[in-house]
Order: sequence, then C-alpha cells, then structure tokens
Amino acid sequence: MIEYILKRLIWTPFLLLIASFFVFFMGNIAPGDPAELILKNRATPEKIEALRDDMGLDEPFIIQYLIYIKNALGGDFGESYVFQGKKVTELLIPKLLVSIKLNIAVTIVSISLGVPLGFYAAKNYGSWKDPTIVLTMLFLFAMPVFFTAPFLITIFAVKLGWIKASGWNGFFDTQIILPALTIGIPSATIYVRHMRASTLDIIGQDYIRTAYSKGLKEYTIDTKHIIKNSILPILTLLGFTIAGIFGGSLIVEIIYGIPGVSRLALDAIYQRDFPVLTALVLIGSTMLVLANLIIDISYTLIDPRIE
Amino acid sequence: MKHSNSITFLKIFWNQFKKRKFALICLAIICTVYLIGVLAPLISTHDYSETDLSRTQNGPSLENWLGTDRLGRDIYTRVIWGIQNTIIITLITIITGSFLLGISLGLAAGYFRGKVDILIMRLGEVVSAFPDILLIILLAATLRPSIISLAHYIEDNMGIKGILSSGIVDYLVIGIALLPLSWFGLMRLVRGQVLSIRNAEYVQAAKAMGTSEIVILFRHILPNIISPVIVSISFSIGAIALSEVMLSFFGLGVQPPRPSLGVMIGDVTARGGASISVLRNHPEQLLAPIIVVWLMIFCWNIIGDILNDIFNPKNQY
Repeated sequence: MIEYILKRLIWTPFLLLIASFFVFFMGNIAPGDPAELILKNRATPEKIEALRDDMGLDEPFIIQYLIYIKNALGGDFGESYVFQGKKVTELLIPKLLVSIKLNIAVTIVSISLGVPLGFYAAKNYGSWKDPTIVLTMLFLFAMPVFFTAPFLITIFAVKLGWIKASGWNGFFDTQIILPALTIGIPSATIYVRHMRASTLDIIGQDYIRTAYSKGLKEYTIDTKHIIKNSILPILTLLGFTIAGIFGGSLIVEIIYGIPGVSRLALDAIYQRDFPVLTALVLIGSTMLVLANLIIDISYTLIDPRIE
Repeated sequence: MKHSNSITFLKIFWNQFKKRKFALICLAIICTVYLIGVLAPLISTHDYSETDLSRTQNGPSLENWLGTDRLGRDIYTRVIWGIQNTIIITLITIITGSFLLGISLGLAAGYFRGKVDILIMRLGEVVSAFPDILLIILLAATLRPSIISLAHYIEDNMGIKGILSSGIVDYLVIGIALLPLSWFGLMRLVRGQVLSIRNAEYVQAAKAMGTSEIVILFRHILPNIISPVIVSISFSIGAIALSEVMLSFFGLGVQPPRPSLGVMIGDVTARGGASISVLRNHPEQLLAPIIVVWLMIFCWNIIGDILNDIFNPKNQY
C-alpha cells in the first residue's frame, strides 16, 4: 500500500505538468495576437512588435511554456489581456472564493437531502417507498438547470417576492438559497444512489443479523452498525464538490448572476482572455488531482480491503 | 451457429426488458423523440431559419403549432431540427469516443498489458485531470476558428462547396470537444473486463489454435464483455446530449441560424441576462425545448438503470 501511495505521489507532478502543457498549447493555438488584443485600437505595427518582444511572444513555444510554468509555480499566472494591468491571480481569487462558498452550500443541501433519503430508501427496500424515492430522484436529476433556475426565480422571486432574483451577497445571505437548491437537489440523487447501495450492502451482512438477534434496539443498529459503515463510500463523492467549483455551477452562476469562476471562464472565452482561462483550468486540474489523491489515499487507509 | 447465438441473446434480453412496463414507456418516448428528429425534413412545417417579423412571439396556432419566437420563426420546426442536430452529435460522439477510442483502447490495454496499458491509462488520467466542463468549453472555444479556417481552405482549394453552410463545422467542433469526456470511463470498464477474462480457457484455446489477435479481441473477447459496455453507453447518451445542449446554450456549440435546443433555450433566457422579463411574458417558448431535453435525459437514465438490472443481476442496486 505504501508503494501505491508513493507511486501516486511521484506521478502527480508529472500528471500536472502534462496537463498544463496541453492547456498552454490550446491557449497558444487559439486565434488572435495577444499583443493586438491588449493594444486594441491603439495598435500600430511598431507597437505590436515592441509588445510582442516585451511579452516574449517571439520566443519558441517550448521556451514560453517553461517561463510560464516557472512563474506559475511562484503563483504568477501573468496579466489579463482584457483588464489591463491586472494580475490574473487578482482577478481569480475573489471569484474562486465565491464559487467555493456556493459549492459548500450546494454540498450541504445535497448531503443533508441525499444521505437520509438514500438510507430511508434502503431501509424500505421491497416496499413502494423505495422505488418512489429512486424514481423521483432520477426525475429531478434529469431536470435541466435551464428549467429549474428560471422556474425557481419565477416562483420565489417574481411571484412570491421572498428572495431577490439574482446577485451575490456572501454565504450567509438568503440569496444563496435558490442557487444552492438549483444544483443541490439534482445532485442529491448521486448521494441517494450511493447511500442506498452501500446501506443495502451493509444490511445484508451477517453482523447486522447478529445485532438484531442480540435484541439491540433498531435505533442503535441503524446508527452504530449500519450508518457508521455505509456512510464511508460517500467520502469518495466529495471529489464532486471540488469538480463542482470549476464548472459544475456554470449555468447557475450565469442565470443567477453570481460572480464566480464559471462566469469568469465564460467571459474569458468570449473576450479571448486566454491567460485567465489557462490559469483557471490549471488551478482547477491541480485541485481536482490533489483532491482525488487525498480521497484515494484516505480510502485505502480507512478500508484496508481495497488495494 | 454464431447467428443463432446472437438471436437467443437478444430474445432473452427482450423477454426481460418487456416485463418492465416503465422501461417500455421510456423506450417508446425515446423512439418517438428520435423518430421525430430523423424525420425533421419531412414533417417540418416551415423553414427553420425563415423569419417573419409580422408574427413574432405568437402563441400556438394552426399555422404555427407551438407558436413563434422573437424573430417570428416557427418553434415546432426549430425544435424538431434541434432534435436532429442533437441526434447527429450524439451519434458522432458515441461512434468516435465510445466505439473507436473507448472500446478499442480498452481492449488493447487489457489484452496486451505492459507498455500499451501504462501509456493508455496515463493518457486517460491526464484527460480526467481536467474539470469536465472547463475542458469542453476550452476545446470548443479554441478549436472552432482552426476548424473554420480548415473548412475555408478545403472549400477554396478543392472546389467543394457548402461545407461551412452545412453545419459540419459545428458537428466537428462539438464532437471533438466532447471526445475526452466520452472515452475514458468506457475504456477503463472494458480494460477491467478484459483483464478478468483474458486468461479464460476459450481465449487460451483460440490462441493455441493460432487465431490472430484481432480476431481473438473482436470475436471472442468483445462479445463476452458486451453487456456492461451497453449499460455504460446507454448511461452516457443522456450526458452527451446534455453537454451539446449546454455548449449551444452558451453559443459555443451549434451556431445560429441553425436550430438547436440549447440555442432556443438560450434565446428565451437571453443566456441569463434578461431572463425574467422574457420568461414572465412568454414562458411557453421555453417549454417545448426543455421538455424534450428533460425527457431524453430522464428516459436514457431509466433505460440505463434497467439494462444494468438485466445485465448485471448480481448488483441489483
């Protein structure tokens, strides 16, 4: 197992290096001369030439990449083409915090809905309740965000006037409720499915039958023996939260007007602001890879049967 | 011999499938939606790009069955052509991503093991290191201009006309953008399955008889691992359709005036900008494309679930 962990740890930096090369390459073949983009209508051939020289754009691709990686390791992802004089990190970090907060709220909604429902469905295996829960969740899961978001806005913001339709006011504000529900309810389906499967798996085990035959109370069996074990696989799903930060809330951020990273990514694409996009994809991949690494390792530590 | 085998396989499968009423309903819905998409040229009542400013934002009528949008285009016509675009893109992605890349690479990795296996798995890890949606968007945005200039080059130099107006560029861009998403999961599944049967006696026997490796892989191994592959593909069809709708919603997929469900939804909600006013006055315009998308995804998920039940009775839940 130690060998496995070591292998993963050694491979991870290479993985990130290859991934970053790919992203940098895509940004490089993208059309439009960065110097022209920056200078806009002030562009003259001489100015473009000077700026290209200044930015090192005439260097061979591989040299540009190495310089970029060297700076990126120090936390410097260059300057935005569109917002001039702004470091990419300056633009990115506030938006990243917004998306992280939104996704924490989403995870709270989906876990507090999905885990109990999944457990309840499994406990009622064989009765009408189980398929009803599963089908309802599948129905909600298939519901396109394009529909839920405008629908919730129309009801709660326009008709009832309880919550403002769009905007962002931080984690502890009523405005976070609608977007959190919009993503949280469909993604609860994933938690329902996993919790239900792992609970059914545990219920079938011999030690649960033993617990019943010992005459333990239903409540004790549920909490101490079943839930404690069946909730473990849910751990692996927390990787979704990380993935959700980078793009999972894309449509929701757009429709609710939340200033998160997805909106930044989309604006960067429309305005060809590739330094922002490249940095975003790089940071996203790094977080995703590290999260998966931590989950895998902690999983092997928790459950020694897994190799 | 082989022929009768595949008939019994289908028969057993169909007997299981038709017992589940809900599965039949979903299959019927999917077939209807897809048939409508395929028959779009025959059953459309208007030209999908024909605008008529004298009848904008109308409700349903005998002339326009589902009403008209803000440019007076017939919504019914645009929805069925949109379905057709979604079908074409799903097909392209399934054929290239799932069949060509996913299955072949999985077979190769599992069967040949060693360096081939390591290379393919590492490549897959790199692809899955990116957040899905960001990668799709990045690819769609950066590839389109290159593909358009390639199409221009072909049109100018080879005298082939109509590449740009036919929508092939859109299909290529979306197809390539969705590729990374579609192959890795299936590849890993196929690889795992192959690993579990590559030393089975019938494979050994085929090897001993001097059967070529291609024949072993596609005639002996693939048919034996086909059930989980079918389940996995049926699950991914809904996800692919949704990704196409999402890309078009953001204006990175199918380009106007070509119709797409995503473009239609984006038009009504103004990509989020002024959604509420349009939505308040004309919510019915959103209804048709959204119901189609919802039904497609829901039914494919259910069919995937039921196929999983039938093919893998061991893990029922």
